[in-house]
Amino acid sequence: MVLEDRKLLEKIKELSGIDLSVCMQCGICSGSCPAVDQMDITPRMMVRLIQLGREKEVLDSKAMWICLSCFTCYARCPREIDFAKLGEALRQVRLRKGLDYIRISEIPEEEFKKLPQIALVSCFRKFTS
Amino acid sequence: MKIPYYPGCTLKTSAKNLEVSALESAKVLGVELVELPRWNCCGAVFSMATDDLIHQLAPIRNLIRVQEMNEKGIVENENRVVVLCSMCFNTLKRSNMFVKEDKERLEKINNFLSDTEEPYQGNIEVIHFLELLKNDIGFDRVAEKVKKPLKNLKIAPYYGCLLLRPEEIAIDNPQSPKVLENLLEALGATVVDTQFKTRCCGSYQTVNRKELVAELAYDILNQVKISGADCVVTSCPLCMFNLDTRQEEVKKAHPEFKTIPVFYFTQLMALAFDLGESFYRFDLNYVNPKPLLSEKIF
Amino acid sequence: MEKTLEEKTSERFLDIMERIKESNKSVTTGIDEKEIKHWVTIYIMGKAYKVPADLTLMQAMEFAGYRFIRGAGCRAGFCGACATIYRKKGEYKLRTALACQTRVEDGMYLVQIPFAPAEKPVYNLDKEGGGLDVVFKHFPEVARCVSCNTCTKACPQTLEVMDCIQAILRGDFKFAAENSFDCIQCGLCSIRCPAEIIHYHLFQMVRRIHGKFGVPPEPNLEKRIKEIEEGKFNEEFEKLLKLSPEELKEIYRKREIKLD
Repeated sequence: MVLEDRKLLEKIKELSGIDLSVCMQCGICSGSCPAVDQMDITPRMMVRLIQLGREKEVLDSKAMWICLSCFTCYARCPREIDFAKLGEALRQVRLRKGLDYIRISEIPEEEFKKLPQIALVSCFRKFTS
Repeated sequence: MKIPYYPGCTLKTSAKNLEVSALESAKVLGVELVELPRWNCCGAVFSMATDDLIHQLAPIRNLIRVQEMNEKGIVENENRVVVLCSMCFNTLKRSNMFVKEDKERLEKINNFLSDTEEPYQGNIEVIHFLELLKNDIGFDRVAEKVKKPLKNLKIAPYYGCLLLRPEEIAIDNPQSPKVLENLLEALGATVVDTQFKTRCCGSYQTVNRKELVAELAYDILNQVKISGADCVVTSCPLCMFNLDTRQEEVKKAHPEFKTIPVFYFTQLMALAFDLGESFYRFDLNYVNPKPLLSEKIF
Repeated sequence: MEKTLEEKTSERFLDIMERIKESNKSVTTGIDEKEIKHWVTIYIMGKAYKVPADLTLMQAMEFAGYRFIRGAGCRAGFCGACATIYRKKGEYKLRTALACQTRVEDGMYLVQIPFAPAEKPVYNLDKEGGGLDVVFKHFPEVARCVSCNTCTKACPQTLEVMDCIQAILRGDFKFAAENSFDCIQCGLCSIRCPAEIIHYHLFQMVRRIHGKFGVPPEPNLEKRIKEIEEGKFNEEFEKLLKLSPEELKEIYRKREIKLD
């Protein structure tokens, strides 16, 4: 692995605090995820790619931004991997560089008439830095 | 019994129906929910990055307010704070656990806040209103206060995610929760179990991916209808928005879809306790529940 | 006789020397430098200057030779133009102040923030209304507040800035409007905010909304506007417009103040 790659892997491990080596690729996470249909890489794939040192592909994917933070993956994982924390770490790696996922200015005006504060606050916390 | 109560931003505006029905129902049961003075927005989601302390400030500040309420005698020896909104509950509880499990974190946060706040001692407990009903009040007492049992109403309880996951904060068994069912039975209603009662409604994706939310809501509401229920009950303002207000988007994607009313569990409590229109605030529900209610109850 | 070039040059030279000597007197206090007993050293944008100890930051900067063309206004602590960020000797704490209202201290490291950048928002409350959605439409970033309280700590008017933001988040415009009333729009809170909220524009909008939709209409004002529109005062105005300045002065002197 290139030094840069190793640093990235370390960063993800540090931010999430989880050990990905225990994943046995059973796929329950992908099976439980309500949003998996929309993802380009499934949760199980994400872990495998990171294990193989290909975390750049994961970081460039849109899968972690479709995550609903519902924790179903964590609840079902037989190895008790807190996958939601991994998703958060991946998002933070990009967000902390100032690479926001959404541009707030692109939210259509009419939406603000309906959206409650809870939706805006949680969305901005997850997608902006 | 007086107990500190944390509302959360949305309960003061579009989820006012959740607040008024809850506060008045609690009064009937002998509980006064005393709002925290000078509370602030909790942040709605728990920040899971292990090094993140700034996003814990908002929840911890609120817990300090509970401490202050005890010190000033607004409540007596009450270290618990009751939350109505599932997201606020999840955030406050997880944040509390996060700072308590590592002394250094708590110290850093207290140092940062020391300009204006007293230190957080780590003694506050965060509970959800349903836990208060189950443990402190008891469903028997709830049943006693029912004046108009919701006899003909078939209700599907919907828990959503954040009351039951992750397991460390769950208010009930995450795989087969029973607390909403028990409450609804105490109110005299017929409970209908559905497959997707703990499946995510789409949460914050409703801001810029409302088609995804429309699909998730459709799946959930469809299951509710297939199971034979007339309506759904929930606890979270975001679930309410996604399952209720977003039915407009569901109809766009599935024109044959017929709308179905969604309630907060406290609205049904207020209804069963016969507290009067001003405490139901059905005007804030997107899908008008009055036709269903006049057909089944009144 | 026409002066020679040399004579003109030396005249000009003497003139300049005189002016330099004149300007060695403190610009604002008019004291001669030699009479000053107590001096302090302050660092303006990193460069050290010896200034008299009893001056305000603004006076000290002008004494040091800086000339304000932006970042100075009323010089009375009201306009918010002279926002300053500084550190004291030996401290890490970042402090804020108004340059016209704060005295120098030995070892101060300071910089001016004449403007906190933000586009002026354009809105029409008649058309858009005064609900929380209107505020979110123009200032969605208010939902990013993390309750860190940095804004309150930065405010030179000691306003409860974070509480105002939180009040807005839950739709309590009355609280926000009343408690942000003394805001002088210096922008120090906005510069330091991690959520990049533009407090002064946000509060201005909320005060306008509250004034328009929240506060009950003033019946006497409405009555008077109606009277004006109906032309009740037209005749009197016509009369006044025809008078000379002396006649106007006379009427003004003899005016009767009625208390209804």
